[in-house]
Amino acid sequence: MSVELDVFVGNTTIMDKEVFQLWLNGYTVSDAVKVRIEGGIMEECEANAEVLLSDTMDQYRTFQMCERLLHHPAKLSNQLLFQIPPDRQAMLIERYYAFDDAFVREVLGKKLSKGTKKDLDDVSAKTGIMLKSCRRQFDNFKRVFKVVEELKGPLVENIQQHFLLPDQLGRDYAAIVFFASNRFETGKKKLQYLTFQDFAFCAGQLINHWTVGAVDNMMDDMDVDLDKEFLQDLKDLKILITDKDLLDQHKSLVCTALRGKTNVFNEMEANFKNLSRSLVNIAAKLINAKDVRDFFIDLVEKFIEPCRSDRWTSIDVNLYLTHYTNSAHILDTFKHHGVWTRYMGVIKSCILRIYH
Amino acid sequence: MPGKLKAKIVAGRHLPVMDRASDLTDAFVEVKFGNTTFKTDVYPKSLNPQWNSEWFKFEVDDKDLQDEPLQITVLDHDIYSANDAIGKVYIDIDPLLCSEAATVISGWLPIYDTIHGIRGEINVLVKVDLFNDLNRFRQSSCGVKFFCTTSIPRCYRAVMVHGFVEELVVNEDPEYQWIDRIRTPRASNEARQRLIFLMSGELQRKIGLKVLEMGGNAVVGYLQCFDLEGETGLVVRAIGTACTLEKISTLTSASTTHPSNSSPSKDMKEPIFGEEAPGNPLFSGPPTPLRVQTFSSFSPSKSYSRQSSSSDTELSLTPKTGMGSGGSAGKDAGPLKALMRQQTQSALEQREYPFFTLTSFPPGFLLHVGGVVNARSVKLLDRIHNPDEPETRDAWWEEIRQEIKCHAKALGCHAVVGYSESTSICEEVCILSASGTAVILGSRFMQDGPLDTDHRLSRQPLVFSTGAERVEGDMGSSISLGFEEVAPPGCGFCHIPYDELNIPFPAQLTNCYCCRRYKVPDVLFTTIDLPTEANITGKGCLIQARLCRTKKKAQGEGNATAISNLLPFLEYELHTQLMNKLKLRGMNALFGLRIQISVGETMLLGLASATGVYLTALPSPGGIQIAGKTPSDITYEQHISNMQKKINDTIAKNKEIYEVNPPEFVEEVIGSPIPEPRQRSRLFRSQSESSDDVSELDLSYGKKDAFVLEIDDTDAVEDIHALLTDFPTPPGFYSCNTEIMPGIQNWTSAIQMFTSVRVFRLNNANLTNQGLNKIFSELCENLLKSFYFKLRSMVPCCLCHLNFTVAIPEDELIQVAVTAVAMSFDKEQTLENGRQSGDKTLIKAITENDEQLQFSLELNAELSSPNPLSSTKGLSDVSGSHLSARDRCSSWIEQLRLKAHIIRRGSVKTTSSLEKASPLPEGRSRSLRRNRSYSGSSVAVVKMTPLSLLPGAKIIKYLGIINMFFIRETTSLREEGGVSGFLHTFIAEVFAMVRAHVAALGGNAVVSYSMKECVFMENPNKNQAQCLINVSGDAVIFVRESELEATSVQPQSATTQTSNGGEGT
Repeated sequence: MSVELDVFVGNTTIMDKEVFQLWLNGYTVSDAVKVRIEGGIMEECEANAEVLLSDTMDQYRTFQMCERLLHHPAKLSNQLLFQIPPDRQAMLIERYYAFDDAFVREVLGKKLSKGTKKDLDDVSAKTGIMLKSCRRQFDNFKRVFKVVEELKGPLVENIQQHFLLPDQLGRDYAAIVFFASNRFETGKKKLQYLTFQDFAFCAGQLINHWTVGAVDNMMDDMDVDLDKEFLQDLKDLKILITDKDLLDQHKSLVCTALRGKTNVFNEMEANFKNLSRSLVNIAAKLINAKDVRDFFIDLVEKFIEPCRSDRWTSIDVNLYLTHYTNSAHILDTFKHHGVWTRYMGVIKSCILRIYH
Repeated sequence: MPGKLKAKIVAGRHLPVMDRASDLTDAFVEVKFGNTTFKTDVYPKSLNPQWNSEWFKFEVDDKDLQDEPLQITVLDHDIYSANDAIGKVYIDIDPLLCSEAATVISGWLPIYDTIHGIRGEINVLVKVDLFNDLNRFRQSSCGVKFFCTTSIPRCYRAVMVHGFVEELVVNEDPEYQWIDRIRTPRASNEARQRLIFLMSGELQRKIGLKVLEMGGNAVVGYLQCFDLEGETGLVVRAIGTACTLEKISTLTSASTTHPSNSSPSKDMKEPIFGEEAPGNPLFSGPPTPLRVQTFSSFSPSKSYSRQSSSSDTELSLTPKTGMGSGGSAGKDAGPLKALMRQQTQSALEQREYPFFTLTSFPPGFLLHVGGVVNARSVKLLDRIHNPDEPETRDAWWEEIRQEIKCHAKALGCHAVVGYSESTSICEEVCILSASGTAVILGSRFMQDGPLDTDHRLSRQPLVFSTGAERVEGDMGSSISLGFEEVAPPGCGFCHIPYDELNIPFPAQLTNCYCCRRYKVPDVLFTTIDLPTEANITGKGCLIQARLCRTKKKAQGEGNATAISNLLPFLEYELHTQLMNKLKLRGMNALFGLRIQISVGETMLLGLASATGVYLTALPSPGGIQIAGKTPSDITYEQHISNMQKKINDTIAKNKEIYEVNPPEFVEEVIGSPIPEPRQRSRLFRSQSESSDDVSELDLSYGKKDAFVLEIDDTDAVEDIHALLTDFPTPPGFYSCNTEIMPGIQNWTSAIQMFTSVRVFRLNNANLTNQGLNKIFSELCENLLKSFYFKLRSMVPCCLCHLNFTVAIPEDELIQVAVTAVAMSFDKEQTLENGRQSGDKTLIKAITENDEQLQFSLELNAELSSPNPLSSTKGLSDVSGSHLSARDRCSSWIEQLRLKAHIIRRGSVKTTSSLEKASPLPEGRSRSLRRNRSYSGSSVAVVKMTPLSLLPGAKIIKYLGIINMFFIRETTSLREEGGVSGFLHTFIAEVFAMVRAHVAALGGNAVVSYSMKECVFMENPNKNQAQCLINVSGDAVIFVRESELEATSVQPQSATTQTSNGGEGT
């Protein structure tokens, strides 16, 4: 005696948020039923396990049928197969494209290739996120990446338009795409303390200020690549550390401004040349793709760690960077104000974000 | 005669990839109508082609326009090999042929392939230029409107109800033709789809012709069914009710007058009638016309009733019965023959079957309800030799209809409403069933009704005063029923139509609890919706009787005989179960009763669904008493008393749930001993015997009624078990199989239509009847439980129009398909609105009083002189009919007769019931609360509902009938998610196609939607499955009531508008 076939189709497609989440999380039907039973839904609705199983199977089937459409969210709104109210559609898309921070930290900056996909079982084991869910998240990244890779115009808007994602999620995806295409190293031990949101913030800064699209929206190029011209120009900043006078002048200006305003003034004064050299060297090297990848590791190793060991507070860092940036403009012989502002603006906000 | 069909192919989207190399498609379109084909250019390398074709014009006969669908095929162009078909779209252009329906079909329609399902969409434009044909001998019937809705459609007014129309067409099933062996499954499926499309078109055209002949312009309650007989062919048959409808324009009132309309104030308020009357609870019941005294001439004489009840013999099929009845009626009507002659020939013909497929009626249409009439017949299918003359099938149905007619007469009724027909086929055996409700219709609606001409005029004024008084009384809860000869509208239909001295079956009659003037039966079973004016107590609920009976495998006639022997038992037990469950809920009437019997190779399935209510007019049902046979054993006694307690508790609980608090409470505990129920073997007693039994019965048996279940009887144990295993509906849920739940108002606009299918495999080959029953019952209960769970977010809500369809697709498989709509309602405002509507009713009742007079009915079956044509035809039918087993099971009358052995009822005390008998005005308004948060989306939302109405909305236009047939087949069942995945997709696709076609017609909803057929076959070993689905409904445009309010300026409709609006907010 067995139920051979069991379907329920509503004119308006019924989708339970809770079950959808379980499905997204990669639970099997029987596991999902267990979770639901533990959630106490049976007592609430006078249901039994059989009913719950039937409902869960049905929902899972619906989601599977919908998944094809969710791959192209724009299709969801003009397909005819499922009648889903607009707010429900938005919910489905948002949840389908949502990802776990733990997971994204593992693949952030990695090439979204088959090789990486093969390693997902390790990621799954490490993060405790089910493999199925990992695959979905990875495929989402890859899909978004593939679509926007070739598109012109602002990255975030492109993503939001093509995948109908809410603002924040669109930005996060932009960060993921940006990291993947520039292959920023994020997995090193020293970077482990950084959250995805830290990186996403930095990515936002980089996208907004350092890419081609940042200066000229009309450009044919896209937001994904850093502005080569700008990177080239960054080399000119080397003068700040190569020219001894300039370096000293800069130091004295900064020190004058900082004196008495911080508890770590002595450390700042002592480390000025080192730190300045690090920042300018990072800038100068960015023209090499390999060094772009190490951008974050460089920031952490060469700037954040020394500051941290000297017990700077983030207020101190902020103060230091503000004066460091501003003072350069007062230098007589320093001519590269535009590049400097563009560079230091991003560096400052990135450092402040990841200094914790 | 000719018409010009124009089609334009605009674009495609979401096309599948047909060329693996480029991941693109080179699509073009073939547009075919009849034998003419046009092609678009190839649009190369695109999944979203823009053809933007010219207008393809087809100059065709209007007959073809009705029969043929427009066939659009999307193909992938291939230079080297044959072009691959992507899929097809069939467009029924019938809605374009009627001036009042849609004018253009325009929109995105899914491209459908029987193997792959939906593959993209195509945007088309279709128009028709029709030159009206006034040729009297024309073959077409363009312009006749078809409605699936089983009431007068909401924006129409019935000028005239002509009566029953039926037709059937027969063809060979392409699936069984020799050519099927060499063609692909796709070709075979497409041939079948196309054939059925053609046959439905032809059927509609032929029915339309009949309607035109009768002088009507529309078919209401159109029910079309397929019989897939297999080897012997394919039958498409349809029944409906021919009407003359008139569109209600809010600007004009009193535009029509009818000869029979003698109402003095008819021009007062016409528009309300058609749009509001049917099934609309806003109508708190304008009065039924007075009880016509002369109706006794309809009531069967004693001898007549006997004659009819012998109708389970072959003889009843011969026209003798018909002749006899006609003769006797003719005598009464003798002097009035002159009047009758004035009636048209067509009217005479249709009187052959005074049947109506309608289930809800304008107030006053229904005078008295007799009860359910039901007929079944087991046939052996034979090859249909000449498809153009499907005589045998016609004859089969004729027999059944004759029988129904006889049963109705036996109940003292002259008409059958809520009439429907169905079949169940297994191999070569076919069970034909028909059922309906025997009624007496309001005499004033019978055009030139000779019987009441003198009475009618004299009494009319009385009616008006009654109406006003009643409503007042209703409101003040103190009804004064002192008028003479007037039946109050809330209970009038319950009054027995038959002669109380010659009751056709042993029923316990009491005085009506509402008016206390006329006799009412103890229980009332009907197939119709609850009349809007009916007084009820509490709420209703779904009641189902489920039954399985094993049978031996057999062939041919032996099989047919075995089945026909089993049928009466099955029906009897279904009836008993229904009765038990009804009493368990403390209710006394069933509406919307639908009994389905399905035949399989080794078993028969019976499923009876109905909505139970407590009619205030009827006496309170007694409890259920369990009696033991061997009282010596103490444990046994204890067991019995335990059970009795359980039952009593359940009854008490149910009364609470459904708010059944009848004015007079009959105690359940029955002290006196009960006579032992008779053996079931008595089932086939002859009529004379049975009437003897009746007189034998102890009728003076106390004041209390008892329904006794004998525990020694294994059947009874089973019954009790079945009673107590019914799962109570969870809080916040109600369910019914009628249109609207009796006793619930305040519907919000939130609705959710759904279809659910379950197939259950019985792995144990040797199951007892009890075991099977249990499984089947659990299957149905679990389905309901699943619905409640799935729809929990809509609470408080009611599952309306729960329509269960059972089938036995294979040995050991049980398939249950359910289509229903969940509608949420507002709990808090019930009382308040009840008050409000009470006020409104007053106004309405007065104004609408006149409208009923506008309604006229061309029906006069009893009075027709025996029609020589029909009788000779009948004779030849019998002689020519196939000599197969043709046992029919006995009718409900028979069942009801038997009931007497179990039901005892003494006289019921009625003295103190007067003041309680009038319930509070239940606020029968559908308070239509608009959900203001409603918003549109990019794809137009199309609502679907099996009901004829949309809560909170007003249907402003009917765009035409939707009648679609699809086949889906797969050879990769596992890959598509198994049987469930396959069917889930298919049903979703069917919904999508219905919605798309409605949207293309310009509509935003489908009402009266139903899934007529869902035939599922699988072969998991071969990884194959096939499914056929037939759906139908009415495409409509609705507007939210609140939107309507803003625009309404017509003074005529002011009353309606404001009252609606008042409740809507």
